[in-house]
Amino acid sequence: MIAILDYGSGNLRSAQRAFELTGIKTVITSDPKLCADSDGLVVPGVGAYGACMKQLVDVGGKEIILNRVAAGKPVIGICVGLQILFEQGREKGGASGVGVLPGEVSELKSEILPHIGWNTVSAGKGTKLFEGLDGASFYFVHSYAVKKAVPDAVNSWTEYGEEFLSAVERGPVSAVQFHPEKSGANGARLISNWAKSL
Amino acid sequence: MTLAKRIIPCLDVANGRVVKGVNFQNLVDAGDPVELAKLYGDAGADELTFLDISASVEERSTTLEMVARTAEQVFIPLTVGGGIRSVDDVDALLRAGADKVSINTAAINRPELISEISDRFGDQVLVLSVDARRGKTPSGFEVTTHGGRQGAGLDALVWIEDATARGVGEILLNSMDADGTREGFDIEMITQVRSRTRVPLIASGGAGKLGDFALALDAGADALLAASVFHFGTFTIHDVKEFLNKKGYSVRL
Repeated sequence: MIAILDYGSGNLRSAQRAFELTGIKTVITSDPKLCADSDGLVVPGVGAYGACMKQLVDVGGKEIILNRVAAGKPVIGICVGLQILFEQGREKGGASGVGVLPGEVSELKSEILPHIGWNTVSAGKGTKLFEGLDGASFYFVHSYAVKKAVPDAVNSWTEYGEEFLSAVERGPVSAVQFHPEKSGANGARLISNWAKSL
Repeated sequence: MTLAKRIIPCLDVANGRVVKGVNFQNLVDAGDPVELAKLYGDAGADELTFLDISASVEERSTTLEMVARTAEQVFIPLTVGGGIRSVDDVDALLRAGADKVSINTAAINRPELISEISDRFGDQVLVLSVDARRGKTPSGFEVTTHGGRQGAGLDALVWIEDATARGVGEILLNSMDADGTREGFDIEMITQVRSRTRVPLIASGGAGKLGDFALALDAGADALLAASVFHFGTFTIHDVKEFLNKKGYSVRL
């Protein structure tokens, strides 16, 4: 079973529909036991960093994620769900993140923001998420991003004004800055790649 | 590659059905939104926009079901506009499966609505739709309502600056002078708006030839929205993208 963490952020039904295509049973929940026992946990997220973190903490989501990662159980963050896995976000005055990945999230240096639309991902060596998808396009909507590589991880990159981390895979933690659930066949393939690793 | 320029077909819907001529080959039912959304998705649309032209509240509730059915099966971003007046309207559409909403008249009548929506759901869900025409305002472009028939007493560039400061993810700029003429986008309007805002700009109105799309991108549009040229098969989305690709623009093929 795949649990989609419900903390009031993100288009949960869209995420659920896309993960259901893998054939694995999917639930939307913030129940700690369901989240702990699931084969994979999806952390969605849209909106501002600080607001997302507050909502996450309010439903006990920070502990859910920390406990799963400590136990080596797979977690995938999507969009702001990627960002809050890092230590720090600098959006709107700044806020602390869950901190299972080292680094900070800062505004992209681009003339036009948000970064909205289809952009390509240059997949890191040894990637499982992007198997068969190196150089493929995915749908992005964001203004903030991680700019530095995560040590001891598979780092994948995209360019918009500057290079930023569009995906990272380290142990049980996977995260993507784009929306696989809105990225057509490429997104479905990526979700299926992740589901196969569960 | 860099960020691809987006090509977005726009469908008018009412009472849960696509209305106003869509004449596509291989179409069993020209009014079924799911079927059309799938066809456009397969044809390479980068996003889809539904414009709800329902006359009544009852009809709007069937639009929600239509959005839900479409989002069940089409995995590209879906924007819904038309008749949105409150945060609750936005909430209902997002829950049904829309990714973004576009607002127009309601924001002109009550600009606070913009920040109410963006504070709750984030700037990225909000597309500010601006119906503008040439007029006697300082920039030479004025905002209109009622499909371009009435002036709103607002300068288009002043309005766009005000609205984006309140929290808008994108601007959908519709030229009411060019709309339906098929004589090309309003290049001067696109150029002026581009110089005054940092958010992505979707240009609409006037597409008639393939070259029109390139000119609008040169003027600073990040995405291009069109309706009739796609619905009536003047050319396909793929034709537009192939043309742009050959000219050296970044598109998703």
